[in-house]
Amino acid sequence: MFRRGQEIANPVRFKFNGQTITSEDGDTIAAALLAAGVTHFRTAPEDASNRGPLCMIGNCFECLVDIKGKGSRQACRERVVEGMSVRSHPGLVVPKAQP
Amino acid sequence: MADYDVAIVGGGLLGSAFGWGLARAGARCVVFDEGDNAIRTARGNFGLVWVQGKGQNMPAYASWSLRASRLWGDFATELCEATGINLQYVKGGYDIAADEQELEQTIAGLKKIQAQMGGAAYDFEVLDHKVLKSEIPLVGNIPGATYTEHDGHCNPLLLLRALHQDMQAKGALYRPNCPVASVNPLSGGSYQLLDRSGNVLATAGKVIVSAGHGSRRLNEPLGIDLPIRADQGQVLVTEKVAPVMKHASSSVRQTDNGSFLLGPSSKDVGHDTRTDLKTLAAIASRCITIFPFLGSLRLQRAWGALRVMTPDGNPVYQQSEAHPGVFSFACHSGVTLAAVHAFEVASWVTDGVIPAEFGVFHPRRFNV
Repeated sequence: MFRRGQEIANPVRFKFNGQTITSEDGDTIAAALLAAGVTHFRTAPEDASNRGPLCMIGNCFECLVDIKGKGSRQACRERVVEGMSVRSHPGLVVPKAQP
Repeated sequence: MADYDVAIVGGGLLGSAFGWGLARAGARCVVFDEGDNAIRTARGNFGLVWVQGKGQNMPAYASWSLRASRLWGDFATELCEATGINLQYVKGGYDIAADEQELEQTIAGLKKIQAQMGGAAYDFEVLDHKVLKSEIPLVGNIPGATYTEHDGHCNPLLLLRALHQDMQAKGALYRPNCPVASVNPLSGGSYQLLDRSGNVLATAGKVIVSAGHGSRRLNEPLGIDLPIRADQGQVLVTEKVAPVMKHASSSVRQTDNGSFLLGPSSKDVGHDTRTDLKTLAAIASRCITIFPFLGSLRLQRAWGALRVMTPDGNPVYQQSEAHPGVFSFACHSGVTLAAVHAFEVASWVTDGVIPAEFGVFHPRRFNV
């Protein structure tokens, strides 16, 4: 659906659901995934539909992913980091009482 | 003959409840609403159907809120059956204290109201930390809460939508993007509603001015006094998580879709709806004291909205003496009181009389 306007000059590699994605340094996670042909970022907990970025400017929260070590994040607002591990957002997490 | 029995200026939670109640009773009515550039109090609501603590300085407001809450279940059911819109109304609510002093103040306030109202009707429970923790395991190390069946929460945006939809189904005309600039008395006792260019929008036998912060401008030429100011409140919204809190509390509630709403705040900043970090941080900090897990949630958004606040915080219901048939109503409890506004206040207007027991809500109380 999307293709890059320019070849990747400064590659950054990260994992999405275990699959290695190569992106341009400075890409957001959302841009990198879309450029790699990924449109299904998460499954909506309310109706199990496939969801991905709608606005790309931080408003819609459709692009939520789970970044290892950081938790729930908007993919359009986080830049790719070499070696990072990203997974589809797990849906409705059960909050736990804190000590 | 006038075009309408009643013209309502304002399509927020007050005007829509009156419009629905009047249409339901068979009155010919029209509701004029401004555009989205107006101060949309009804769009910024927290969504509480709330009795606890209201009317400490006016027992009539406490019983009025109680009456509204008793009617709320039937009100929500009727709207849902008519529109298919589930208002997500859940009965029962906590006022959770962040510290001992808050709990003592809350209990003292409720006891005061209870005594003024003669006891039994105004019931509430005091829950210590242990009992509260057994009901809501996620609460932090806080002293306790008060709880009553009379409180509750709903989705205020769906309430507004259901009222708009069903008042039209029942024959009312809803006119959005149609600001009313003035109300003009006619010789026969009816009224003309005019736009800014002086065009007649409608004629009506009676008029309700329930335009929130826009009401004063309409009232002044008619000699109607409405002492209101804007009380700014800010709300934080978290990411969605699994349902863990069925009942609302006065400062934290989990919506049907899993988000938590956090509040409240109160600031006198005129007609400014901007949020500020200091206020949001204070809200978040108190809510995290009550529910520490909230600190691990991401925030999705925040907004500010402007309560319609009278000098004593209690509602104003009045009919103009100089212009009988013109009513001016204002309050900050648009969600809670929607049930009585629809079921009872609408008929005051068709009858042309505010019953004597509600005379205490006249703004002449501010002039003693």
